[in-house]
Amino acid sequence: MTFLLQQTLIYAIPLLIVALAGIFAERSGVINLALEGIMIMGAFIGVFTVYLFQEAGIFDQDSGQLLMLIALGTSAFFGALFSLLLAFAAINLRADQTIGGTALNLMAPALVLFLINLITSQNTMNMYTGDAASWFMIKKTDLGFARTQDLGVLGETFLHKFYLTTYICIILYVVLSIILYKTRFGLRLRACGENPQAADSLGINVYKMRYAGVTISGALAGIGGFTFALTTANCASTGEVAGFGFLALAVMIFGNWKPLNTALAAFLFGFCKCIAAGYSTIDINGDGVYLLKEIGIDPNIYRMLPFIITLVVLAFTSKKSRAPKAEGVPYDKGTR
Amino acid sequence: MQSDYIIEMLNIRKEFPGIVANDDITLQLRRGEIHALLGENGAGKSTLMSVLFGLYQPEAGVIKKNGEVVKINSPNDATALHIGMVHQHFKLVEVFSVLDNIILGAEDTKLGFLQKKEARKKVAALSEKYKLNVDLDAKVEDISVGMQQRTEILKMLYRDNEILIFDEPTAVLTPQEIDELMEIMRGFAQEGKSILFITHKLNEIMAVSDRVTVLRKGKCIGTVNTKDTNIQELSNMMVGRPVQLQVHKAPAVPGDVILNVEHMTVPSKLHKNNAVKDISFQVRAGEIVCIAGIDGNGQSEMIYGLTGLEKTSSGVIHLCGQDISKASIRRRSLAGSSHIPEDRHKYGLVLDDTLENNLVLQTYRQPRFQHMGFVKRDAIRNYANKIIQQYDVRSGQGPVTVARSMSGGNQQKAIIGREIDRENPLIIAVQPTRGLDVGAIEYIHAQLVAQRDAGKAVLLVSLELDEVMNLADRILVMYEGEIVGELDPKTTTVQELGLYMAGAKRDSKEA
Repeated sequence: MTFLLQQTLIYAIPLLIVALAGIFAERSGVINLALEGIMIMGAFIGVFTVYLFQEAGIFDQDSGQLLMLIALGTSAFFGALFSLLLAFAAINLRADQTIGGTALNLMAPALVLFLINLITSQNTMNMYTGDAASWFMIKKTDLGFARTQDLGVLGETFLHKFYLTTYICIILYVVLSIILYKTRFGLRLRACGENPQAADSLGINVYKMRYAGVTISGALAGIGGFTFALTTANCASTGEVAGFGFLALAVMIFGNWKPLNTALAAFLFGFCKCIAAGYSTIDINGDGVYLLKEIGIDPNIYRMLPFIITLVVLAFTSKKSRAPKAEGVPYDKGTR
Repeated sequence: MQSDYIIEMLNIRKEFPGIVANDDITLQLRRGEIHALLGENGAGKSTLMSVLFGLYQPEAGVIKKNGEVVKINSPNDATALHIGMVHQHFKLVEVFSVLDNIILGAEDTKLGFLQKKEARKKVAALSEKYKLNVDLDAKVEDISVGMQQRTEILKMLYRDNEILIFDEPTAVLTPQEIDELMEIMRGFAQEGKSILFITHKLNEIMAVSDRVTVLRKGKCIGTVNTKDTNIQELSNMMVGRPVQLQVHKAPAVPGDVILNVEHMTVPSKLHKNNAVKDISFQVRAGEIVCIAGIDGNGQSEMIYGLTGLEKTSSGVIHLCGQDISKASIRRRSLAGSSHIPEDRHKYGLVLDDTLENNLVLQTYRQPRFQHMGFVKRDAIRNYANKIIQQYDVRSGQGPVTVARSMSGGNQQKAIIGREIDRENPLIIAVQPTRGLDVGAIEYIHAQLVAQRDAGKAVLLVSLELDEVMNLADRILVMYEGEIVGELDPKTTTVQELGLYMAGAKRDSKEA
């Protein structure tokens, strides 16, 4: 059970934060199809930061969390920087946002692989030394609990063998959702995604708000990328994030562009991903029987699960879903 | 020194590539007056107001407030000068509540967080004072057009504006709502607020305004006191020549039933309910049947159902005795229906194609225009020239003009020429005069009456009450997808028509 919950969290958290990235961009009126590409960049930059600092020998295992925070900050910064390309194309040049996003998605893996090859002469960039678990994972012993102490299902899930990124992402998610709905900035941002002409006529700078939306989106996707690399790939960058950027888009649409619904969607998808990845080692009630494996269903079914669920769920919900009205439409002051 | 005028726009000139939208226009607004700005489409009214509102910068001229020169570079500047505007197309965020829409851009905050309590109190007080009834927590997409307009007005009042611009505010309202709006405007004027009222409807100007400034083709024709003028004089000033305001037509002589619709239902694309609910009616040869109603009550969908642009879910349509309920658009066209569509850009023309090709969009298959699948360019050219001459379609390069480059009036004339020339027994015309100037409207009305007199059945959908009252031989009123009444324009009044349109009155038995 603990294992199931933890695995679900590991997959759900990147989806959650990247879906929120999508929400911020789209509710300001810009379709951010480049989430996948920005994640790839974020993952690479984060891992590279870790690599550089380890190479320089500045941090050791005891200050691993600080290193992780620096890497997370760097990937957020570069994610935002990378997303400015999309913002510039979409907002200033009024380019087709789908094409702009696709361009970034094509560019990111190529560039990242090129850089990884340049730096490491192989196709994967790993940590310079050690592994993610020993450097960045927080265990209950780190929190002062005894190794033998049983913290119960919830305690074992949330206070043992976890990454700090999980909580950072959850807190970011909550704070940013509140900002989106309860502040002046949020109200204006949403207005720009629905009716930019109206916002403009009330003296709101649509271009500025859209830049803000896309930049926040880029930072979050960068964070999501590094989180993904850290928690699922042993802090390695390979120029891909297993389609999580696109999956996050689906999560966002399923969540109807609303934070609460999107969070639920992210956990549902995370759960499916978890089953797909670990069906053979999931021991639901702790009796030593791997039910899912022994039930005799073809393993491929499990692996397909997240994608089948995506298809089915979107097929049924997309009719009711309501995208921000002005998303994807370049704003031009001249046309009113 | 207190100036007589609260706002003066002196010698304003605004150019766009290729045209001068405002040429040396002077408009002076007195404190506490209702000042109408009259002109045809394209006369430069909206441009002038956009200049005042800070959306455009004029090439020449100055704006003064209380006698002092001011610079208005953005809507923010206009707001700071207490100038507010109700735009023709409402600037509302549909998924926001009414309150959120009112405060947007002028929010009270504490540490960045929205504080709505004070705003709510203030808006409630304003809506009480001016009898602007709105539901503050309703989403804009769920409320009526009238309430949306009241929301827009509250937006201005919330910002303490004292100069209120109304851009064509009555276009979307029922006659009763128009009366209410005028009452509200008078109330504002009594409070000392100054109102600029943009319109092309003359009777509204006569009813509510103190003075009128008339624009024509970007030039200022003059400013007159409303009580010293009359409708005919104003319309002559607006158009530049005497205008025939009334359509003269002989009594109709209805013949055989051409179009017979029985229990037609059309599903809506926007919501789960049907857009057109079980309607039945007939159109006979030699009469103009007019569908009246407020925009969005199923008129468009009904036409889509008749012309085949959308599938009906039930009902039978007979055209000249032939069942066309399930027929394709082409078959319906061949069976004898001509269609002057509501959206001439979307359904009327291939905008980037030449005029001559547009004129044979339905007929290119006929032997006179093709042989073994190859089009006969000469025949098409001759035909296009004939239509251009006959219907006075003006364009830069004649038959090879790209449709997009033509003016709206001439595009419409081309469509009307094409549709009438096919000599079909049924002509469906949907808002044929929308967005056109008075001269073109006059022409199109005359054409429709001529077709009726030639024994064609004409089904006209119009949102303009004047057009309905002038042209129709019978009026069918649509409300929420149903035909709620059949009226005779000779015996009914605009007020009665308005009650039907608003759903306040309906015939017990459907026509």
